[in-house]
Amino acid sequence: MAINWFKYASPATFYPLAGRMLPWFVWTTVVLMAVGVYMGLFLAPTDYKQGEAYRIMFIHVPAAWMSMWLYVVMAVYAAIGLIYKTRLSSMMAAATAPTGALFAFAALWTGAFWGRPMWGAWWVWDARLTSELILLFLYLGVMALRSAIDEPGRADRASGLLALVGVVNVPIIYFSVKWWNTLHQGASLKFSGSAMAPSMLWPMLVLTFAFWSYSFVTILLRVRCEILERERHADWVIDLLDNGPSGNRGR
Amino acid sequence: MAVFFHMGGYALYVWGSYGVMAVLLVAELVLLSRRNKSLVARLRSLREMEKDAE
Repeated sequence: MAINWFKYASPATFYPLAGRMLPWFVWTTVVLMAVGVYMGLFLAPTDYKQGEAYRIMFIHVPAAWMSMWLYVVMAVYAAIGLIYKTRLSSMMAAATAPTGALFAFAALWTGAFWGRPMWGAWWVWDARLTSELILLFLYLGVMALRSAIDEPGRADRASGLLALVGVVNVPIIYFSVKWWNTLHQGASLKFSGSAMAPSMLWPMLVLTFAFWSYSFVTILLRVRCEILERERHADWVIDLLDNGPSGNRGR
Repeated sequence: MAVFFHMGGYALYVWGSYGVMAVLLVAELVLLSRRNKSLVARLRSLREMEKDAE
């Protein structure tokens, strides 16, 4: 059976679909966060070298992964928007950037709070840290460029192009610990297997899925705002405002 | 309980990380739901004005 994917590329179809998906992601996020934090703070044993400070890794690593992953997601949406001129793709790219920036900031912040007791410094100009900082600036640049241009089509193209150019930074972050022999440690989790004990690996994985699900929540919420703002003159939005799901104002 | 919050002497760093992470996540959700509410209200009132003008 062929599914007509282009049907879901229409803002009018996607707006209610996103609304129906939201509660599922909200509950998934709440459950995974609770389980992940419980495992990370209560079940995982104390590390013999780093003491309790290593528990920061359970949020640091997932935040760093999400910051990179969301950048790729944003760049792919931007590329589809540039090539096929689908409005929804550009709106999705716009909706992804702030959450990606949040995770990039969180990765840097939690990294500093781990680095201070472990390395003796909040910040060092290590290749991994510097490329992650550049990632944060790329997110902020994409957002600033978009909001600086009034005409939506031009804003989509300019910020989409910046997002695409910046994607080169993602492999640099990933391989930085291999290419430059600086302070940041190498990956504990590789495709070939894990160097971590299961009791320490699971909280990290659960919180990764929690952050992933959280990103769905914020991106879907934000894209619904983007759709309403940009399609406000469309018939379906006017219909929604007049007699929408929560729109029966007793008249 | 006190032992738990003490985090083996790393309380500032562990809670400084988990606390800020939680604040960031909750703040983003609050800002988004506010943006959504004020946007719908603004569009509704614009729509009312349009209707009155008709």
